[in-house]
Amino acid sequence: MQVRLKTPISEEQIRKLNIGDIVYLDGIIYTGRDEVHIHALEKAEHGEKPPVDFNRSVLYHCGPIMKKVGEEWFMVAAGPTTSSRMNSLEPKFIEKFRPAAIIGKGGMSQPTIDAMAKFGTAYLAITGGAAVLAAKGVKKVHGVHWFEFGMPEAIWVLEADNFGPLTVGIDAHGKSMFMNVDAVVKGNVEKVRKKLKIA
Amino acid sequence: MISEKLVKDVTVELLRKTVTRMTDDVVNELKNAMKNETEEVPRMQLKAILDNLELAEKTTTPLCQDTGVTIFYVNLPRCLDVDVEKGIIEGVRTATKDVPLRPNAVHPLTRKNPGDNVGRKMPYVNFKVWDKDYVEITVMTKGAGSENMSQLAMLTPSQGVKGVKEFILNVVLKAGSNPCPPTILGVGIGGSSDIAAKLAKEALLRPINKPNEDAEIASMERELKDALNDLGIGVMGLGGKTTVLGVNIEYAFCHTASLPVAVNVQCWAARRGTAQIFPDGKVKYPTHER
Repeated sequence: MQVRLKTPISEEQIRKLNIGDIVYLDGIIYTGRDEVHIHALEKAEHGEKPPVDFNRSVLYHCGPIMKKVGEEWFMVAAGPTTSSRMNSLEPKFIEKFRPAAIIGKGGMSQPTIDAMAKFGTAYLAITGGAAVLAAKGVKKVHGVHWFEFGMPEAIWVLEADNFGPLTVGIDAHGKSMFMNVDAVVKGNVEKVRKKLKIA
Repeated sequence: MISEKLVKDVTVELLRKTVTRMTDDVVNELKNAMKNETEEVPRMQLKAILDNLELAEKTTTPLCQDTGVTIFYVNLPRCLDVDVEKGIIEGVRTATKDVPLRPNAVHPLTRKNPGDNVGRKMPYVNFKVWDKDYVEITVMTKGAGSENMSQLAMLTPSQGVKGVKEFILNVVLKAGSNPCPPTILGVGIGGSSDIAAKLAKEALLRPINKPNEDAEIASMERELKDALNDLGIGVMGLGGKTTVLGVNIEYAFCHTASLPVAVNVQCWAARRGTAQIFPDGKVKYPTHER
């Protein structure tokens, strides 16, 4: 199935997605990686809110290259970062801030898969390193928060325009393409060890 | 005349070429992978990779947003009275603004980012003195996604070749979908803990279509590439026949009681570039002649 979704995205829309489906996105999405996870959760612990509302929006695991021309920011290159670095913080992040989807690469671990199933969140995989293609799907940069953490670690507020193709890597039903591949790889290991004469 | 200013300008141009244009050895291997894959999922990923490379080159835009930390390898003629390191540092500062590069270099503990990719021991410059009359500057702009998957093992001599292969296999399994596969593995065998790690990264400076000159090592490179591609991790960890694009091994003699092995995992976006500055001021970029 191929769909085009606009943020904010309802839980019902996300629950319709299955692993392997192709998604294109429109609307406001936010970048956020290590520091955003750490500080947004820290704020939540003190009863404070982060500067943007992630609720039913999309979090993009991305540290872009941006360029400022006059007063306006432009996106130069914006591929995904390795999502697994956020494994330990993501379940809590999903519970607190309820994003509809997370874009990244490489997939995430079981506690995140469980949180995604519980709160109706999907993981959308985008090709790692394909940063110029990804930036083509961003129409406008609306602003930046937490720039003091550095360009890669800030929250960039982006307007997506047919952003994709994104592959549903983890759906809201507890299924993960990455876990499926893992099972295949485990089944291949002995064959590979024999080929390497180390079995 | 070779001057600090020329070194700076060449560093900027070298970084621009390196982050916007992939070398032919890697592009050709990615195209071979496309021919070899039959399933839709890996083909879609490879198409995005190849389309992105074309677009980046056409628009002189960094092909990946992670332009790495700048690690340089410099060969210097004897008796050159030029502060090459200073030229490189200023070049990195300017390239960060002009190319632009992503400001990646931060203090390791406070995580403070000065914003210009320059800090204590960064850019990191490895110097060698050689007998030629020109300066050769090579740079690798390597992303952290793959660098974070690199590993060192201090094996015992009794573990031998089998232990080395087992370790390399385990690095690839542990890395899984994380380092933006298909990867290139730089392997350093022998030396000492620090030398093995250094050799592993230096192995990645060799084009992947150029096997090691030592026939036995070259055969080990082929054997590992062939076997690891049967794992099925595939492009971006989404499955398929392409898990590694190449395996490059370098070795050094080591202590009779040691067997150090390091694996430096490199993502498909294996950006490296070389510039040569001649005494008359002429400059060549042998990795980026097109």
